[in-house]
Amino acid sequence: MQILGIGILTWIVFLPIVAMIFVLLVPKGRETWIKWISVVATGLQVILAAVLLLNYRYDLAGVNTLEGFQFVEKYRWIDVSGVAWFGRIVIDYFLGVDGLSMPMVVLTALISFIGAIASWELPKTKGYYALYLLLDTGMMGVFVALDFFLFYIFWEVMLLPMYFLIGIWGGPRREYAAIKFFIYTLLGSVLMLLVMIGLYFSTSIIDPVTGEKVHTFNMLAMMDPKNYEPGSIFSGLHTTWRYIAYIALFIGFAIKVPIVPFHTWLPDAHVEAPTPISVILAGVLLKMGTYGMLRISFPIFPDGMIKYALPMAILGFINIVYGALAAMAQEDFKKLIAYSSISHMGYVVLGMAALNTQGVTGAIMQMFNHGTITAMLFLIVGVLYDRAHTRGLYEFGGLANQMPKYFGIVIIAFFAALGLPGLSGFISEAFVFLGAFQTYKWIAIFSATGVIITAGYILWTTQRLFFGQLPERWKNLPDINARELVTLVPLAIIVIFLGVYPSPLINLMNTSVNHLVKFVSEMGQAGMQLGILP
Amino acid sequence: MNQNTLILLAILALLLPFLGFVLLIFWGRKRLPRQGDVIETGLVLGSLVLSFIIFFNKILYFPNPIEWKFEWVNFGFVENWGEMKITLGILIDNLSATMLVVVTVVSSLVHIFSIGYMKDDVRYSRYFAYLGFFTFSMLGIVLTNNFFTMYVFWELVGVSSYLLIGHWYEKKSASDAAKKAFIVNRVGDFGFFVGIMIIWASLKTFNFGEVFAGIEQGKLSGGLLTAAGILVFCGAIGKSAQFPLHVWLPDAMEGPTPVSALIHAATMVAAGVYLTARTYAMMSADALTFIAYIGAVTAFIAATIAITQTDIKRVLAYSTISQLGYMTMALGSGAYVAGFFHLVTHAAFKAGLFLGSGSVIHAMHHALHKIHDHHTDPQDIRNMGGLKKKMPITYYTFLIYTLAISGIPLTSGFLSKDSILAGAFAFGKLSGHTAIPLIGFFVAGLTAFYMFRLLILTFHGEPKRKDIFEHIHESPKVMVVPLIILAVLSLWFIFGPNPFDASATWVEKYIHKPESVVPHEQQFEFNLPKEGVLVTEYEHALHEAHIPAMLLSLGMAGLGILFAFLTYQWGKISAEKVANALKPVYTFLKNKWYFDELYQNTFVLATLGISKFARWFDIKVIDGIVDGSAHLTKLWSFSVGKFDWNIIDGLVNLLAYITGFFGYITRLLQNGKVQTYIIYVVFAVIVLFYIFLG
Repeated sequence: MQILGIGILTWIVFLPIVAMIFVLLVPKGRETWIKWISVVATGLQVILAAVLLLNYRYDLAGVNTLEGFQFVEKYRWIDVSGVAWFGRIVIDYFLGVDGLSMPMVVLTALISFIGAIASWELPKTKGYYALYLLLDTGMMGVFVALDFFLFYIFWEVMLLPMYFLIGIWGGPRREYAAIKFFIYTLLGSVLMLLVMIGLYFSTSIIDPVTGEKVHTFNMLAMMDPKNYEPGSIFSGLHTTWRYIAYIALFIGFAIKVPIVPFHTWLPDAHVEAPTPISVILAGVLLKMGTYGMLRISFPIFPDGMIKYALPMAILGFINIVYGALAAMAQEDFKKLIAYSSISHMGYVVLGMAALNTQGVTGAIMQMFNHGTITAMLFLIVGVLYDRAHTRGLYEFGGLANQMPKYFGIVIIAFFAALGLPGLSGFISEAFVFLGAFQTYKWIAIFSATGVIITAGYILWTTQRLFFGQLPERWKNLPDINARELVTLVPLAIIVIFLGVYPSPLINLMNTSVNHLVKFVSEMGQAGMQLGILP
Repeated sequence: MNQNTLILLAILALLLPFLGFVLLIFWGRKRLPRQGDVIETGLVLGSLVLSFIIFFNKILYFPNPIEWKFEWVNFGFVENWGEMKITLGILIDNLSATMLVVVTVVSSLVHIFSIGYMKDDVRYSRYFAYLGFFTFSMLGIVLTNNFFTMYVFWELVGVSSYLLIGHWYEKKSASDAAKKAFIVNRVGDFGFFVGIMIIWASLKTFNFGEVFAGIEQGKLSGGLLTAAGILVFCGAIGKSAQFPLHVWLPDAMEGPTPVSALIHAATMVAAGVYLTARTYAMMSADALTFIAYIGAVTAFIAATIAITQTDIKRVLAYSTISQLGYMTMALGSGAYVAGFFHLVTHAAFKAGLFLGSGSVIHAMHHALHKIHDHHTDPQDIRNMGGLKKKMPITYYTFLIYTLAISGIPLTSGFLSKDSILAGAFAFGKLSGHTAIPLIGFFVAGLTAFYMFRLLILTFHGEPKRKDIFEHIHESPKVMVVPLIILAVLSLWFIFGPNPFDASATWVEKYIHKPESVVPHEQQFEFNLPKEGVLVTEYEHALHEAHIPAMLLSLGMAGLGILFAFLTYQWGKISAEKVANALKPVYTFLKNKWYFDELYQNTFVLATLGISKFARWFDIKVIDGIVDGSAHLTKLWSFSVGKFDWNIIDGLVNLLAYITGFFGYITRLLQNGKVQTYIIYVVFAVIVLFYIFLG
């Protein structure tokens, strides 16, 4: 599918870059133009995502089959022959979506758009929006790239603007937070890079143009054991090197999720980041970690996945319970929400580790739902912070009467976060548990206790903020305004809609999820039984 | 009228209150007339009419259950599973049809009562909106045909309960109570959900009928089946405030009194009993024994606490817990119909008791307001007394409810309670669990005692505070009429023609104990059908137990009432003296067996402690390692820098220095004077000559 001769995925990825160039060209003193350009560009991205949705074919699986991917764009990007002993280097510009990435594309477009609106009041507009749009391209690119090299490039592209956005527009400890974020993520990137290079030298395919054998970064090729050269480092199944690679890759992605104990960058980054950046960070960036596992780790290293599924499920449990407990002890509203994010991402990890239809469906749904719910939560924190300039939970009380509309929105978001049926968070959590229970009974049961703790800290927070008597100093806090409502209400509608009728989201991913589960478990099991496969 | 119409009507009955909620929450305060109270009440009355239509049609014309299903989610074909999909839907059988009527009747009356009681409330329309939301969720529980939506609505009633308990959230005690109610219920729901997971994983469906069919085919049996039954019952332990999760209900009295009547007495708390009745067929003998004991223990604990309480609503709250325990015990001991029957009768008289107490509190409140007393507790029965003269209608209706809950003939309570005790009696005899009937009869006496204590202290005797008493008035019509209706509903003829024969009531006629689907070896021996015998051993024992149980329960109730009169009316026994004589027991009961303190000091403090530890661990240990490694790296890089500066650069500099030194030395030779150079030359020439020629 093409628009003006350019593929629609290229449009959706690079539209923000185009807008960024316009933003940079805007003359001084025209800050409003910059804002409108950005909002329109991200708005167009949402429309493009909607176009993708309307033309999406629900019967195609994707995952490891090229035919199963949709809106595919594949061009030769880099072709250098004879670089020293490397031989010929061929890298493709290879984009496509399937059921795993489609929900993420929609989520990214949506959250970026809402983030752009929420950024309206930030200072140093030009620099901010330029970086913001660059970030947008990076995120979108990660979700549609099918070439590992390209994936890596987008992954890194997103890192740099994030560093500056936290480091310049952040709170008092912004430099510490930004550096921590950067170095942590970079550590993950290095691990990913090493595995990627190892995979590059292990796989080779016949180049359709010249007919000669070349190494490749093509993810789909890496998923097929036949493409591995005998004797190369990652050939075979269930070899030590493959396990090491799986773990390295896992840590690389785990940092992003974040999985305990690699999580401490998150509370710092969130607390220091300005509201819209927190929204992006929690709403989209965290999902890149779990998406990476689904897109790369699982199908390329199914043997490693099967081997380490149990530890992964345990990590999911730890995330859920530990995150919830740590959240309960926080006195800073934003930090509490940050820890709740860690807890909620644990559901994703647990669901994926279950490796069955319900678990993985629940996991991807949770990625989407957490994206919308947590975006709401951070916007909510922002609304309060903009007015009161403090986030201390013990400094408030009685806001329910002072800010009734705000209270109404908060109640929806809070109840969604604690997994109340009728709201989207419940559906994904329930599916994760139902799925996980089939594979790991006790881990699922222990993890479900997290639901009680979550209710505890959410309701306690509600009480501290909204109930009781209003302190004298907050007598003049204005209620939520129209612009803030514009950012929150659409998310609330999505949360309610998917809570009552989740089928649109489930159907979107269903074929791919079933295929992924089958492919990964069969491949992993096969190697297990037969020893080493070609 | 055909089945589809009935289903349609049921959906309508379900959605009408929800419509009211939506209207009131968005437009209630500013746009709607009278803040929308009449609209919401009208919609619930609509639901009531529909419920009656459904009820009569169902029991008269449709002997079989009516079910409607739709596919909600489809995962397609799944390996090791088959077609994975979740179907939801609605089930109308005699049980749900009866419950439908119970819920809408009480809800309608509470709506009407609230118009008077909540007049001039700060959040009047919000209150009615939440009532609507509650009614919707409660009807959802009643109508659902599967575990999944059961759980969904289960939590939704929890939320409406949370919102309504915390209606006056300016008070810390109210918001605390709301929070406690929700979290304690979550603990029960956790168990419920684990039970659902077991069912889903082993039977691949949520639908009640399909689940039972699956169990019958042996797909789920043994310990796992018992576990599933007990875990599902955990939901009931939370919602029906059974021991050990009963602690939230007394605190829930912080909510407005009509809410206590509707949610925390008549309907929502009975949902647990309803759930147990719904899933009754899958309960194994072990699970049933567990249920019976939980019920009995609950009934006993709550009744003992009720004796010592002085807050009118708290006495009623503990009596609710105790009665719910009764119902649970009945179900556990096999008296299925009796348990459900008691749910129905209890709904009417307990709602009445609460609304009656609401009428009293309302009057007290206004009187206190008149005399500008803002410190006296309007709910404390020690400030009341003699209200009978001022509030005759409230008094006489209250008397009827009290007689009903005590199980005195001519009331509905007599019919249902009597059957429960007969069931417990038969169960105790056959299974050897004699504690169950013993507790049952003892609690019957206790109930009569504390209820009459409440009645006497509130309405009889001399007023304890004359100043308040002078300003007490009977409540307005909108409040009194629901009281009268509920009083009528607490009489025997609503249920059957014979005031002494429970088996002649329509409840016994139309509600039947479901056939157990549990494998025979996991059922009670005495419940199994025998060759050549028409009735089971249990039914036989039940029949025999009927008359003795009736006499015994009447005796116990009579004793309880007698003691109440002796103590509080005639003053023959001094309550203080008894309390002093049994000081430790009294303190123990007065403090509600110290459950709150126990939980506070164990679970709550432990959770908070662990959560503080998690925070500490994050900041000190994990971030310690992260920052520590950063510092180490920095230190290392500094030392590398030092090395670079001192050693490597030092060497380079040394080299330069040496070079410079020699340069300096040689520079000394070249002082720029021609004479010196000539001397060098001459000297050199001499040396050369000496070398070459010497």
